[in-house]
Amino acid sequence: MSPRALLELDNLSTHYVSARGSRVVRAVEEVSLRVEAGETLGIVGESGSGKTTLALTILRLLPLAARVTSGRLLFEGEDLLTKSDAEMRRVRGKRIAMILQDPMASLNPLFTIGDQVAEPIRVHEGTARSAAWSRAGELLKAVRIPSPQTRLYQHPHEMSGGMRQRIVGAIGISCGPKLLIADEPTTSLDLTIQAQYLNLLRELQRAHGLALIFITHNLGIVAKMCDQLAVMYAGRVVESGPVKEVFRAPVHPYTRALLSSIPRMTDRCQRLAAIDGQPPDLAALPAGCAFAPRCPSAFDRCREAPPMFRPGDGRMARCWLAAAGAGAGKGGAI
Amino acid sequence: MTMRSEAVSSEPVGAPPRFDFIRLEDFPLAPVLILVGFALVAVFANMLAPHDPEVGKLAARFRPPSWQAGGTTGYLLGTDHLGRDVLSRLIFGARVSIVVGFTAVIVAGAIGTALGILSGYLGGWVDQVIMRITDTWLALPALTFAIFLAAIVGPSEMNIVIILGAVYWTRYARVIRGEVLSLKERDFVRLAIVAGLSKWKIMARHILPNVINTAIVLGTLMLGVVIVTEAALSFLGVGVPPPKPAWGLMLADGKRGLMVGYWWLTVLPGTCIMLMVLSANLLGDWLRVKLDPQLRQL
Repeated sequence: MSPRALLELDNLSTHYVSARGSRVVRAVEEVSLRVEAGETLGIVGESGSGKTTLALTILRLLPLAARVTSGRLLFEGEDLLTKSDAEMRRVRGKRIAMILQDPMASLNPLFTIGDQVAEPIRVHEGTARSAAWSRAGELLKAVRIPSPQTRLYQHPHEMSGGMRQRIVGAIGISCGPKLLIADEPTTSLDLTIQAQYLNLLRELQRAHGLALIFITHNLGIVAKMCDQLAVMYAGRVVESGPVKEVFRAPVHPYTRALLSSIPRMTDRCQRLAAIDGQPPDLAALPAGCAFAPRCPSAFDRCREAPPMFRPGDGRMARCWLAAAGAGAGKGGAI
Repeated sequence: MTMRSEAVSSEPVGAPPRFDFIRLEDFPLAPVLILVGFALVAVFANMLAPHDPEVGKLAARFRPPSWQAGGTTGYLLGTDHLGRDVLSRLIFGARVSIVVGFTAVIVAGAIGTALGILSGYLGGWVDQVIMRITDTWLALPALTFAIFLAAIVGPSEMNIVIILGAVYWTRYARVIRGEVLSLKERDFVRLAIVAGLSKWKIMARHILPNVINTAIVLGTLMLGVVIVTEAALSFLGVGVPPPKPAWGLMLADGKRGLMVGYWWLTVLPGTCIMLMVLSANLLGDWLRVKLDPQLRQL
């Protein structure tokens, strides 16, 4: 591995603590991940598995009840957790940008597109309005908005959903960030627009050398978009590694179950494979492996919490089954 | 600039024009005409008034309106106990009512909107402090509180504006805070946070423009209340100081004459107050429906 990744999460935990401290929800627990410059990391998991909390932790935009209880968060070698609010503001939008779950609602209905695309440029670079506007025009061109000069003067309600989303993308890349976090950016779009948008993101990524963290529960998108994959379950990363490797030979039973639950056109008249049971309550996790109660191949040892094993080059899995497999190197931190 | 016109012409067919609602059938024409009428009278008071509103001829006291027996065309609406022309005083009184009314509404709106945005957006202890002050303020009876303040600072037009602003900001603060609470959960505010804007910038650039509509509607509804309160304060002698012509003051001066049949000294300024307040309320009601954030579609 290269000595310094663009983003490195080391044993990071984020908990939501109730007002009297009686209830602790372990939304993100001991997560270690690396994102190299220009690389795409896909984070998949069920609803409530901690994906969005992880993204908010990276940007330090957690709600008041949340606490980062352990770990380090290194971005370009700097620990973001020790930065002041003012310093974080200079990171957000400028070095790390984010596209929200519903880009349709992400634009202020009262302002023109030009004002909104130019806003981060003016804030972060102190550019004059006219100069920022001409940059905004170029950005609209970069995200394939037809007749960008006209569109600059229009309001969000005059655009289609796909266009608004591309504008949100343009806002995301406006200050040339190194890392773009996309939190389920395509869930509100129909399929053809989704495909267009994903292609656009790939292009932007290549053109600007962006690293991308793609949060989704669509494994198809992960296969298409991502280099690395991290599967989250109950706040923990249960398996991570290069997408192709993980898809070819998943180690963790949860990853296997997720992959086998993708419907395929070739299966005729078969029931969809589902994972029995419910994800656990994050405030009352079972002792040992959180997936064990639903796991088809659980055995005695699963009552003990499994550490991170390394079943292959660049791969990690938090499962005792991996210990039996190829030369497991023990140890939580990497 | 050429681009702007291009943008307008390339609008998709069927897009609703910005100010479409002006042409709607239920547009309150009469109230608007009355308000505009009063406003014009106030602006051109110097030209319209036939006499000096503050100086009268004692020889011409208590002249009835011109159409009654004893009236003269020199004093169309009669004269008061000091022989001052009632018409001229009504005309200049419109100026007082409108100037005091509008500036007080703006002062109250500015205080209330600012506190409402701070309270709603910052939350936490700021919210607690501002809202508890608002609760306390609302528990005080408005008119009594205004009289109390007026008694302390003394009567003048400027003081009236400040007092009315200080008394009536609470309604803005409450309503605007509620609006901000819902606005700050909207995704465009989140995007602004993610884009690294400071909270002050977000409040000024994203929250404020979105609550201005509500503030204007509230202001129109408040206009009537403020004008009545100003008249009441003047009537009680703690408002606009005599001899300035204010409608409330004219009522106070004229009330003694009511028993002996000098009806024009009270009925006429009373009618003016009533017309102005009624028009402001009707316009405000209509605006409230038209610009209600829930009904408004952008």
